[in-house]
Amino acid sequence: MQGILKRSGKFITEVVVLVVFFLLVQYLITAGLLNQYFQINLTSLCINVILAVSLNLINGFTGQLSLGHAGFMAVGAYASVIMTQMFNMPFIAGLLGACAAAGLAGFIIGVPTLRLKGDYLAIATLAFGEIIRVVLQNIDYVGGPAGILGISKLTTWAWLLGSVVLTIVVIQNLVNSSYGRAIISVREDEIAAELMGIDTTKYKVIAFVIGALFAGLAGALYAHYFYIIKPETFNFLKSFDILVMVVLGGLGSTTGAIIAAAFVTVLTAALQSFPAIRMILYALILIIVMIYRPQGLMGNKELSLKTLGKIRGGNNGSSANK
Amino acid sequence: MALLQISNMDKSFGGLTAVLDFNFFLNNNELVGLIGPNGAGKTTVFNLITGVYKPDQGEICFNGQNIAGYHPYTICARGIARTFQNIRLFKDLTVMDNVKIAFHKDVTYSFLSAILRTPQYFEGEKQIEEKTLEFLKIFQLEGKKDELARNLPYGEQRRLEIARAMATNPTLLILDEPAAGMNPQETQQLMELIQWIRDEFNLAILLIEHDMSLVMGVCERIYVLDYGQVIAEGKPEEIRNNKKVIEAYLGEEVE
Amino acid sequence: MLEFMQQLVNGLSLGAIYALIALGYTMVYGIIMLINFAHGDIMMVGAYVGFFSITVLGSNVVVAMLFAMIACAVLGVVIEKVAYKPLRNSTRIAALITAIGMSLLLEYLTIFLLTPQQRVFPRDVFPMHNYHLGGLVLSNKDIFVILSAIVLMIILQFIIRRTKTGKAMRAVSLDQEAAVLMGVNVDKTISITFAIGSALAAAAGVMIGIYYGTINPLMGIIPGLKAFVAAVLGGIGIIPGAMVGGFVMGILETMVSGYGNSMYRDAVAFGVLILILLIKPTGLFGKNTGEKV
Repeated sequence: MQGILKRSGKFITEVVVLVVFFLLVQYLITAGLLNQYFQINLTSLCINVILAVSLNLINGFTGQLSLGHAGFMAVGAYASVIMTQMFNMPFIAGLLGACAAAGLAGFIIGVPTLRLKGDYLAIATLAFGEIIRVVLQNIDYVGGPAGILGISKLTTWAWLLGSVVLTIVVIQNLVNSSYGRAIISVREDEIAAELMGIDTTKYKVIAFVIGALFAGLAGALYAHYFYIIKPETFNFLKSFDILVMVVLGGLGSTTGAIIAAAFVTVLTAALQSFPAIRMILYALILIIVMIYRPQGLMGNKELSLKTLGKIRGGNNGSSANK
Repeated sequence: MALLQISNMDKSFGGLTAVLDFNFFLNNNELVGLIGPNGAGKTTVFNLITGVYKPDQGEICFNGQNIAGYHPYTICARGIARTFQNIRLFKDLTVMDNVKIAFHKDVTYSFLSAILRTPQYFEGEKQIEEKTLEFLKIFQLEGKKDELARNLPYGEQRRLEIARAMATNPTLLILDEPAAGMNPQETQQLMELIQWIRDEFNLAILLIEHDMSLVMGVCERIYVLDYGQVIAEGKPEEIRNNKKVIEAYLGEEVE
Repeated sequence: MLEFMQQLVNGLSLGAIYALIALGYTMVYGIIMLINFAHGDIMMVGAYVGFFSITVLGSNVVVAMLFAMIACAVLGVVIEKVAYKPLRNSTRIAALITAIGMSLLLEYLTIFLLTPQQRVFPRDVFPMHNYHLGGLVLSNKDIFVILSAIVLMIILQFIIRRTKTGKAMRAVSLDQEAAVLMGVNVDKTISITFAIGSALAAAAGVMIGIYYGTINPLMGIIPGLKAFVAAVLGGIGIIPGAMVGGFVMGILETMVSGYGNSMYRDAVAFGVLILILLIKPTGLFGKNTGEKV
């Protein structure tokens, strides 16, 4: 009984904080106190967080290097736009459709690809990401290389924050469960995991599909804010952007992914006029992090109130996934 | 009926024959050893039994059913657990998490429940937590439950690996060189642990070992493998005096 | 039939170029099990060195190629020492991510320093001349590319099979630990491997400049990927495989372009890659060795 009370208390506190935060920012937006530049970056931040957290599930927690995440974003973007623009369906339908389409793509690509190991898997996902882009480039119904323009701006702060919260909650709840432990064991030692009764292929596919699903959600949100989508938007460089976030944050830490997503968003905004320098910086980040601090910023630790308390109390060493 | 019965099992890798015409049986509650010079194919046999490899030919009957070629996770669900020559713990996870994973195959709440955090989830997690603590107590690892597996001393890592295997509730426990890297005192403790496990949990144990004191001291029956084939089988005293076995081991000190 | 033969001939030049690049991928993978993502970009650097050698130093094609090969050999060795050596004992994923970073670094440093504008290889350095052979058209560029590639491959085979260095390379790629015990200087051998692979890629880069006329900082990406597929097709880590794979990919691409839809030309490479990985990841000449448990 005590456990339920404690949990309910914590839950209610979290919901209240979230609602207050939402209302605060919403007020700022409606009152016109947040300029356009800020709003664009806030949107990008939310989308990047969803992308980073979802890729982290695949690369970080399951240990499968996927280099084609932008492909799933593309599938979600295009699917949602077709539904809202060509079939005049409400935004929620577009979002759900994006998730379904991207999830399905994740399944179709995942099942054959996840049988491969390490580098081969990485290259295969890269290839599939590019195949998606090339295919979209050659379909006239969705505008070919020119893409689709004039998409209605349906993405609002409410949808963005809601999606971010949904992504984080779903993935964290998954990770902090027996299913999460099964997924992590796949990363740690596949053969040992199999001999513990875990169908590693099944769990790789599950993680892959869920990751793809949320990338699709991000794609739909992106499309309905930035008016235009074209295949080139979702090329390998986009996948690479997301990879930088995940690597920098720490493969296996959701908090790390969020922090890194914020960092990358800020960096992108600051270096908007210097795209070459930005890419050079990303490249250097990847190389330096991998050589000198491969666990990234957070390693596989998460930031929680418990951990913060421990740090203040001088005690450290929280276990993974508390 | 034997718990595990292997008939006419062959396995080759490319041109190399690893195991040839392997016949073997093991009864409930028996403690059987598999010995032989390095490269004789012992670990290959274990890998074949546990589904890591698929035999080219032959049957592996466990509890009457042929499990040859099944996935390792299916074989685990049927009741065979194993440890590895070079300890395959989940090094970056805690002792608790290592054992908790063993309980995943029997998890009582659904995937959706985990995401939605239903009461079933909390109940299920509580059960897993309790069962894990119980096991850690039995194997005297409770004190280190939040330690990362990689930080444990070697002997405790071995014990943890065995505890984790036992947590999958097997009827047959397979140990691959459990005494590797241990001094005589640790080996003695291990021997006692193995016998205690067999008696306490009422299961069968099959082990590979090079340490003859362990094998002779603990096994009721021994198979000897050389170049992928069984060259002798019998009680420890018989094996000790078997000419073919001594020849195969020529140059090795039998303690 | 003549059309077919013509396509085949066109494919040979392209194939020769792919083969040279593929060799670098396969040699590096064979020796340190790393997919050197930056390899295509080393080819690009070679093209640029060749370009500047011709336009600034006024050298002829062969000298330009030599300069490029030397420059890239050095570049390859430096990259290995700085970025890959520290990760020799890390997970392969870590090394792969670093290689990706290195690739992008080379590309965007070039863009930053030399602008993203494409450069045009001066026409007069290699005046075009067509030969007619029983109905087939062969330009002197074709002949140059194919012959140079063959010469380089023969030299490579000689190094691998007949020199001590080559023996060391083969030893390290088979079993690094054993090679150390046999007194092989593994670091030096790895450096030499990178040097040779990069030099071959540089030669390919100059050939692309001559053959297609223009170069740009991102020119290494697509051919690099196709050459990688060629290496995988032949069996990654297997040198004759890379040669065969390169020619196959070149001919395949020319055929698809000639007979089919040239829009899908690039997709062919991806398609082939997926097919290989799903059907026989070890490639045409590869052997299947399972993981030892």
